[in-house]
Amino acid sequence: MAEEKNTPQPGLFEKGGKFGWLHSTVDAFETFLHVPATVTRKGAHIRDAVDLKRVMIIVVLALVPAALFGMWNVGYQTSIATGAEWSFMKMFFFGLLKVLPLYIVAYVVGLGIEFASAQIRDEEVNEGYLVSGMLIPLIVPVDVPLWMLAIAVAFAVLFGKEVFGGTGMNIWNPALLTRAFLFFSYPSKMSGSSVWINVPGGESTVDGFTGATPLSYAFDGANGLSKLADKGFDLWSLIIGTVPGSVGETSVIAVLLGAVVLVWTGVASWKIMCSSILGGLFVGWLGNIGGVTDVPAYYQLVLGGFAFGTVFMATDPVTSSQTETGKWIYGFLIGALAVTVRLFNPGYPEGMMLAILLMNTFAPLIDHYVVNGAINRRNKRVRTA
Amino acid sequence: MSNTINLKKGLDIPIKGAAARTVRVKVVPDVVAIKPTDFKGLVPRLLVREGDKVLAGSPLFADKQNPDILFTSPVSGTVQEVVRGAKRKLLAVLVKADEKQEYVDFGAKDAASLNAESVKSLLLNSGLWPSIIQRPYGVLAGTDVKPKAIFISAFNTAPLAADTDYVLADRTADIQAGVTALSKLTDGGIHLGLNADNYSSTPFHRVEGVIQHVFSGKHPAGNVGVQISHVSPIMKGDTVWTVSPVMIAAIGRLINTGKLDLSRKVAVTGPAAKEPAYVEAFPGMPAAAIAEAFGIGAKTRVISGDVLSGENIGADGYLGFYDNQVTLIEEGDKKELLGWANPIRSHLFSSSPCYFSWLTPGKKYDMDTNLHGGVRAFVETKCFEDVTPMEIFPIYLIKACLAGDIDKMEQFGIYEVLPEDLALCDYVDPSKNEIQYIISKGIDQMIKEMA
Repeated sequence: MAEEKNTPQPGLFEKGGKFGWLHSTVDAFETFLHVPATVTRKGAHIRDAVDLKRVMIIVVLALVPAALFGMWNVGYQTSIATGAEWSFMKMFFFGLLKVLPLYIVAYVVGLGIEFASAQIRDEEVNEGYLVSGMLIPLIVPVDVPLWMLAIAVAFAVLFGKEVFGGTGMNIWNPALLTRAFLFFSYPSKMSGSSVWINVPGGESTVDGFTGATPLSYAFDGANGLSKLADKGFDLWSLIIGTVPGSVGETSVIAVLLGAVVLVWTGVASWKIMCSSILGGLFVGWLGNIGGVTDVPAYYQLVLGGFAFGTVFMATDPVTSSQTETGKWIYGFLIGALAVTVRLFNPGYPEGMMLAILLMNTFAPLIDHYVVNGAINRRNKRVRTA
Repeated sequence: MSNTINLKKGLDIPIKGAAARTVRVKVVPDVVAIKPTDFKGLVPRLLVREGDKVLAGSPLFADKQNPDILFTSPVSGTVQEVVRGAKRKLLAVLVKADEKQEYVDFGAKDAASLNAESVKSLLLNSGLWPSIIQRPYGVLAGTDVKPKAIFISAFNTAPLAADTDYVLADRTADIQAGVTALSKLTDGGIHLGLNADNYSSTPFHRVEGVIQHVFSGKHPAGNVGVQISHVSPIMKGDTVWTVSPVMIAAIGRLINTGKLDLSRKVAVTGPAAKEPAYVEAFPGMPAAAIAEAFGIGAKTRVISGDVLSGENIGADGYLGFYDNQVTLIEEGDKKELLGWANPIRSHLFSSSPCYFSWLTPGKKYDMDTNLHGGVRAFVETKCFEDVTPMEIFPIYLIKACLAGDIDKMEQFGIYEVLPEDLALCDYVDPSKNEIQYIISKGIDQMIKEMA
């Protein structure tokens, strides 16, 4: 009896307690509120202040400019399309109300699955989805039906991440997988000219309105540059981002703000960003001298999702190359492939998504050759010495 | 000086509590522990019983696999207790010291006139053979091995490490004798790693009969493993030996005086140490001997060695055989409200620009044992390469160890590393994985499967 009394009883939410099966969930909320009191047991007795929560929150912060601009741009595009004269705040709040449901769906569905799988695997909940959930609404058209988004998120989190073992084990970027799922399952809601701008039911559009993205003009047959100019998409509007497109991808300036944060904090690799840009410019230039397109190579960087993908998607540390040399190759091929798709597949000009997913697949192969090369070089050096 | 090897990768952790260059306490031997657990790969065979009288230099236990390797008492006295753990594993032999110290006389020698056999038997009999660490794997040196070379790092870059120049300031003759004697054991010569910062002032640069290499850089530039990898990387089939400066001095004193004298200056350091300074002590010294002087409290973690790869010995523990540093830090078992989201957190250091400690480069931090986060899968891995100045891919080596794939471990350089060489990976990992533990498990597997 006395012994039984001395055995500490598990707490309500601890393993063995009444609600012990919920302990991953409770841990998740607890560690969200507090840095836990865990101390080092093995190995180094002191540890760096940085943890994965901090790394992830930096990425979320870096995405804020693109998200805010995206919300305003949703309202701005609607006001142009309907000819309504809206104030700045009205544009922003219109967009906020359109984008907020996307966020709610992305986070509720995704985090729900994350919590459930952590519970099943008896692990702590990983914070990786905080970033994926922040990214997903920014890379879909504003008009995507919420139930489609929910299914796509569920697919991406389950089959893109949890079956591999969760964050850190996945092969493909979960946010891009969401987009790819939407694109292949519901192409009518992901491409064409009617999905990028929200036109409230019953409202008429102004004359000459089409709703198509600059990207679709630029690579629809020859004379892309003059078509862009005809529609009023000059270089500055593309850089500022006052054009139709996925919610967060249009503004190069907002993306660059995020890039500065990511590169400065070292969370994302500048090597991948630089080489992706180089790859895009290179193939864009080949297209110019080969006469495939008259759109200058630097337009490739400001059109569509190139900048957004380069900064936020290609640099995902889990799915990108892990070796430093590999990062150069990986990034270059992403940029090159994305532009190649644009030049030779006018039916679907946005090549960034497929380029990144493809290179995610090949990143381990690149690393394999980089590492083997280094091992061989080292073996030779020692033998000659 | 012309061929300085400049290591760009690494990290000096700005932790508070460097020892002042003065000896505050002279520890008088009372109860001294000799711990078989200090020696990797050792299966001990006990040679004494409780109550036996021993002299400084009398054997206490031997290596079962190689009975020539003896482990001797650093003091003269009576065997007080044989401490055993689970499954009767021998944990320590406690010797109660006499007031007057008596030594086994091994006979003073002239180092230059010794031959390899006599050096070997002298080291084996005196209990100083274990001061040689054999790589790969960091095990006791084999008695029938002729190593490719012997490496000594004359400086230590670990956080708050004892200043080798200060600790061994009056031991130049001993060091020279030790180096001369050890040079008989190899054809590859003695390689001495020196610090570019104090190359001309350190007494080590006048040591004769060595091949000098000069290194500059942050920790782990002073780790002998890192230096070896830049001088002559350990490949499959190679064997090299390493000796720490403190142990070289002990070997030299044995040769010069014929006595086993392991006394050394030990740096008592760390943010929880009251007035950190040096003490005159010896291996096996109880932590209790310095508890009062340096303020060891109930919540203090006592580490034998440095804060990255030292051993948590507890307030009732004993200084390790190889160590000349004790680090005292507070247990960080406190929660911090929304800590990870707090933008400033100026009381914490981070090597990552995700925090703002880069704004205060000179600041020293009061660090504790908090893990600062939860354990996750590997996500950010470039940070490992940034603190590993060796030609290896840390993350691939770590994953090979986790997978238990010995072919891959071999390819990725398991022969070149000991856990201490990747200790900073432990520190910087945002996913809070136990890298040193993983590497040490990998090494254990290599020893088992390659034997």
